Amino acid sequence: MASDAITVPVGQTEARPWVDELHQWLTTVDHKRLGILYIVSSLLFLAVGGVEALIIRIQLMHSHNNFVSPEVFNQMFTMHGTTMIFFVAMPVLFGFANYLVPLMIGARDMAFPRLNAFSFWLSFLGGLLLYFSFVGGSGLYGAGSAPDVGWWSYAPLGARAFSPGHSSDYWTLALLVSGFGSIGTAINIIATILCLRCPGMKLSRMPLLVWMNLVMAGMVLLAITPLSAAQIMLLIDRYLGGHFFDTQAGGSAVLWMHFFWIFGHPEVYILIIPCFAFMSEIIPVFSRKPIFGYPVMVAATVCIAFVSMSVWAHHMFTIGMNSYANSFFTITTMVVGIPTGIKIFNWIGTMWGGRIQFKTAMLFSIGFLFQFLIAGLTGIMLAASPFDWQLSLSYFVVAHFHYVIVGGILFALFGAFYYWYPKMTGRMLSESLGKWHFWLFLIGFHMTFDVMHIPGILGMPRRIYTYEPGRGWDTLNLIVSIGAFIQAIAILVFLANLIISYFKGVRAGNDPWDAWTLEWSMSSPPPAYNFATVPTVESRRPLWDLKHPEDPDSRYE
Amino acid sequence: MWVLAQAIALLFWSSVAVWASETTSASRHGTNIFAPASTPAKSITNLSVFVLVTTGIIFVVVFALIFYSVFKFRARAKDAGREPAQVYGSTQIELAWTIIPILIVVVLFLATARVIHAIQDAPEPAGAVDVTVIGHQYWWEFRYPKLGIVTANELHIPVSDPGHPTPTFLQLLSADTDHSFWVPELAGKTDLIPNHPNRMWMDPQRTGVFLGQCAQYCGIQHAKMLLRVSVDGPEDFAAWVRAQQKPAVEDAGAIAGRRVFEGNACMNCHRVDGTSADGHFGPDLTHLMSRATIAAGAAENTHDNLRLWIQNPSAIKPGSLMPAMKLSDADLDAVVSYMETLN
Repeated sequence: MASDAITVPVGQTEARPWVDELHQWLTTVDHKRLGILYIVSSLLFLAVGGVEALIIRIQLMHSHNNFVSPEVFNQMFTMHGTTMIFFVAMPVLFGFANYLVPLMIGARDMAFPRLNAFSFWLSFLGGLLLYFSFVGGSGLYGAGSAPDVGWWSYAPLGARAFSPGHSSDYWTLALLVSGFGSIGTAINIIATILCLRCPGMKLSRMPLLVWMNLVMAGMVLLAITPLSAAQIMLLIDRYLGGHFFDTQAGGSAVLWMHFFWIFGHPEVYILIIPCFAFMSEIIPVFSRKPIFGYPVMVAATVCIAFVSMSVWAHHMFTIGMNSYANSFFTITTMVVGIPTGIKIFNWIGTMWGGRIQFKTAMLFSIGFLFQFLIAGLTGIMLAASPFDWQLSLSYFVVAHFHYVIVGGILFALFGAFYYWYPKMTGRMLSESLGKWHFWLFLIGFHMTFDVMHIPGILGMPRRIYTYEPGRGWDTLNLIVSIGAFIQAIAILVFLANLIISYFKGVRAGNDPWDAWTLEWSMSSPPPAYNFATVPTVESRRPLWDLKHPEDPDSRYE
Repeated sequence: MWVLAQAIALLFWSSVAVWASETTSASRHGTNIFAPASTPAKSITNLSVFVLVTTGIIFVVVFALIFYSVFKFRARAKDAGREPAQVYGSTQIELAWTIIPILIVVVLFLATARVIHAIQDAPEPAGAVDVTVIGHQYWWEFRYPKLGIVTANELHIPVSDPGHPTPTFLQLLSADTDHSFWVPELAGKTDLIPNHPNRMWMDPQRTGVFLGQCAQYCGIQHAKMLLRVSVDGPEDFAAWVRAQQKPAVEDAGAIAGRRVFEGNACMNCHRVDGTSADGHFGPDLTHLMSRATIAAGAAENTHDNLRLWIQNPSAIKPGSLMPAMKLSDADLDAVVSYMETLN
């Protein structure tokens, strides 16, 4: 362990002109700055996607509401879904991966720094391209118009016959461009982890965060490529007279569904596995114990990745597959629950016998455990395909996947923000604002997404801009909408915390959480070159060894 | 403390659920998936209850574990500065919490596979009624090939006596984009996909009107592609069939309206049996007045709604593919009176 932080001499940190500073950020190839750029850009898109969600919720507050037209409503749910998946969730997770992976494996940067910058700018500009559709989309009525075909853009709705103008093209091109960015980042993460580990950092000693991001990157390669292929096929259909998905010329609508979901389902795991990674770092540190069952956690992650590649058609139980196909995708989907359950048990095992510190990061992690449990169990309900014939395409399914994405992924991300913000900025996030953020968000979340299951059970389909009175859906939708606004307030508290703490937060020091992985061995924020001397590690918790020379982990390996 | 709040929230929301399902089951036939009226919907409900109970037990056990460990192992002031025992794992425990979930999955899968087979592979008995359902942006076309009936948006099927079953088998087609046929109390949903014929069936065991709607996003007016299934007693169904099989009523008093109808683009899209109007893009109007609603359930079939719909469809259903024909008031009234003779 020779990774003493190098303090930058005061003379080098004096303020530069802002143009210089901006130029530095725009041309940077530093993995830490690119990580922060990913995170900040996804926060911008989070705000936009959040406003879209609020518009949806205002419209659905009561039956026969006229807050927006059906055209606008359809654009809102299309843009909300596309934005949140492709321009919030993926970039923010790539941002954390970019920032943390090299630091945790003792590397000075990613394997391909310029590819890294290229990938970021591709994804970011993909997002801008998507939003340019609002002014340049030349939609149905000659005005600018955003895509309105849903975030799956099911064939043949995305064909030119049903989606004239260019709004769908913005959707296609934005996903294609940002998809190339994702593929670049995935290659970069894999190469970095396989080639740039510091001496002693065997695969079996890598922090779980690194392991899980390795698996995630592998899944990106397998999942994004079919999506990109399908987007190219769709462009060929739309502009070069192809008939892949053109049902009127013998093409297949079902083929598009297969292409989309063979991306779409692994995508869920691409998003959740990095969140498992956050949990596997945060829960041990605040329980003051090492992760329970490290090898099993790695095996379960790889197992989830494999099995999740063969579950995609559970999104298609209603399309009339035969009983054998339905049975096959039922069993594969249920099987994913096993390694996922193992993970939950291992996190509980980590907390068991620990001394749990209820810092905000840990509160969000416990919230994650609880909500991810429920999301997994409603997932089992949806996996039972006959049950799915009722629940699919209804608000139950909307509630289920928001439970995964908000209750799971977003809670884990908030935990990650509170945990690593000190490392990234050198300042602590305010714990008191953090607790406000946590409790408000928890209440809003449960108001919205617990209640949202019920209209689905009562027959309310998703993606409807209005509904008839007297169906028993009015009150429920009102509660859901109020919850959405409480969540919005909590997000504002969070953004305020990010900004206020940046200027006024308590100085973090190198290691505010008394943690065990390499990133906490250097200054906060770390210098551009990360490690003055490349460290050597002897166990999974190098800083534990350093702090407890009398009882190092390396003794038990 | 937060776990307590969670538990309270849980109690609260489950009472909300009970209240909500009670209010809807009290009204006519709502769309509660737990109030099935036909065999496929019933076997789905039975399976659902089994899955719900199983997952409910898992939830209680795991929730209790989380609750206990968070509560029991919270840091206390007396521990300050000391680390707990560092435990790295345990093979026996890992094995236990791998094998138990595997067993649960096997049981759930077998129960599910049985229901999949029972619903999907059910043979069509001789007495079954066949209906071809064709999804259109944003309405439903129903054709009864054996009975020679064409109608729209309101499906009539016979009640099925378990001793003497008369189930209805639907063939599902689409004329344009994807749709999905969902009447929750009669069966699970099945999509209508162009170039990909699907099949589903139901054998309702009580009469009445069952509501549903398109469940697969199909375009601007997906929301107002509503669906009504009228389950009739055997005599009522036979009477309905006889009435629908007749050509349109010829009412000399409505001849002016018929001229307007046939002199404008109306007849390009709509069919009125026994006249020269033979369009197929819009609903068949031969027995329009036998239906309770217009515009795929978006409005009651009343004089005023009919007039408004013909004058300006967007007023009822913006984005509907029916154009506003810009008729003069006199022509409009004439067409409406003609429509009102089509019973």
